[in-house]
Amino acid sequence: MSMTNPLARARGMGSAKEGVHHWYAQRASALLLIVLVGWLIFAIFSLSGVDYPTARAFIAQPVNAAFCSLLIVTLLYHAMLGLQVVIEDYVHHPVLEVAFYFLSRAGAFFGMALGIIHVLKLALGA
Amino acid sequence: MKQKQRPLSPFMIGPYYKPQLTSLMSITHRATGVFLSVVGAPLLLWWLIAVSSGPDAYMAMQTSLGGWLGSLVIIASVFCLSFHFLNGIRHLVWDTGTALEIEKAYALGWVVLAGSLVLTILLSGALL
Repeated sequence: MSMTNPLARARGMGSAKEGVHHWYAQRASALLLIVLVGWLIFAIFSLSGVDYPTARAFIAQPVNAAFCSLLIVTLLYHAMLGLQVVIEDYVHHPVLEVAFYFLSRAGAFFGMALGIIHVLKLALGA
Repeated sequence: MKQKQRPLSPFMIGPYYKPQLTSLMSITHRATGVFLSVVGAPLLLWWLIAVSSGPDAYMAMQTSLGGWLGSLVIIASVFCLSFHFLNGIRHLVWDTGTALEIEKAYALGWVVLAGSLVLTILLSGALL
């Protein structure tokens, strides 16, 4: 089913060029997150009631470290895209809108860096 | 010409529609997503940093989250994760163009609600 009207199709301009990227990135990260949150649920059950050294050893395992760092990056990327839509929809003050937009992006990227550094620290046994 | 103020494309929650499972779950999806971004993800990062920083930091985190307020934050985060995870899958199914009929949208909605309740109880039990 075509979503464009006949005139738009004849002109062949497509969409506004950028809208699809956000939509696609939100879904692609959601698909990845099904697997990664699946791992998180597995990790929560595996670490239920264990002591500190066991929890540390669990994350330090290469496969778990890979899942954990990917989870943090994908989760924060997905969160960043989601927050953007919420801000665009509900924050109507232009200065606040840009401020929240900047804060959400900066926070997400900072969290990604922080998460990767700590997972690496654990995985490399530092 | 002064235009008459009319309710155009009214917001799904408000005086114009009666509450529907679909609209309520749609706004809950957003709310849980925001909660996960603002509280859930930082909580996960806090846990990770505590693990990598040593036994003292880990103990300090467990003490901070040990009270009733900590339990409440954990249960709320776990519910948001369970709901957003399962309802997100429902949205991805819709994105393929399937299960968009009203009966199927409602049936899947109830499945998601029941599933997120069960997952919340199981995960809270594992964490607390």
